[in-house]
Amino acid sequence: MIEVRLFAGLREGRGKVFELEANSVSNVLDVMKHFSIRREEVNILLVNGFHQKPEYELKDGDVVSLFPAVGGG
Amino acid sequence: MQSRYERNVPALSVAECALLGAKRVAVIGCGGLGGHITELLARVGVGHIVAVDGDVFDKTNLNRQLLSETALIGRSKAQAAYDRMQRINPDVEVTPVMAFLCEDNAADIITGCDAVVDALDNVQARRILSRACEKAGIPYVYGAISGWVAQCAVSMPGDGLIEKLFGAEPEITDKSVLSFTPALCAAAQCALCVKLLCGRDVQTGQIYYFDLLNMEFETIPMM
Repeated sequence: MIEVRLFAGLREGRGKVFELEANSVSNVLDVMKHFSIRREEVNILLVNGFHQKPEYELKDGDVVSLFPAVGGG
Repeated sequence: MQSRYERNVPALSVAECALLGAKRVAVIGCGGLGGHITELLARVGVGHIVAVDGDVFDKTNLNRQLLSETALIGRSKAQAAYDRMQRINPDVEVTPVMAFLCEDNAADIITGCDAVVDALDNVQARRILSRACEKAGIPYVYGAISGWVAQCAVSMPGDGLIEKLFGAEPEITDKSVLSFTPALCAAAQCALCVKLLCGRDVQTGQIYYFDLLNMEFETIPMM
């Protein structure tokens, strides 16, 4: 299974924590597609707590965390 | 030691208070974040503060910007920062800069500073500031807010944190900001800045993320 954790505004209309079948997604881009999250909406992307690129290949047991862009001041 | 700093001690040592008084910090932006940051740095006793903003107040600022007042609509934000810091702590030397940070002025604005605190509201200016800090060898205290969410970090010259954070052009979907979000972010940024100025250990290469809606606080490694 792949655990997916969404943060802040990305939870709206979706939820907080999910599990996906490991064979249903090959990389983080697939995870975003699964949740209808566009690349531009994600500012910080972690796999197992480490910063990764969206093309990162996922394996069973990985934990993906997605944070939205924060830009105001 | 002045009585106005007595309550800084022992959280800060007497020597650290003296050290802060000799430091120069640029605060880039005098809006939601910058209003609180200039206030907090002036009160804790940073000796010289450069307050930078080319904008003037409008009514939409009033829900969150500490420096904004109904009587100041249409007036300079950097000037308001100067005026308030003079009232709070006249011992602080304040240099107001009524200009937006850009490629042409960034290096001049931050020259001689011991730290730069980001109170900007857009990614483009943050990239300019980050590059200028890197070139000048000055630590950069990042901060950004949206809605209920704040995040901040310390970027040291050469670590590439800001480029990594904004490598892909992000889309800011939530343009709202609540009154307490900049206050929290500014407080965290100032704590990081004071630690930097005092020479204490500061964790770099990580983002501190605060979600005030869900009361979740995360430390996100970026390196």
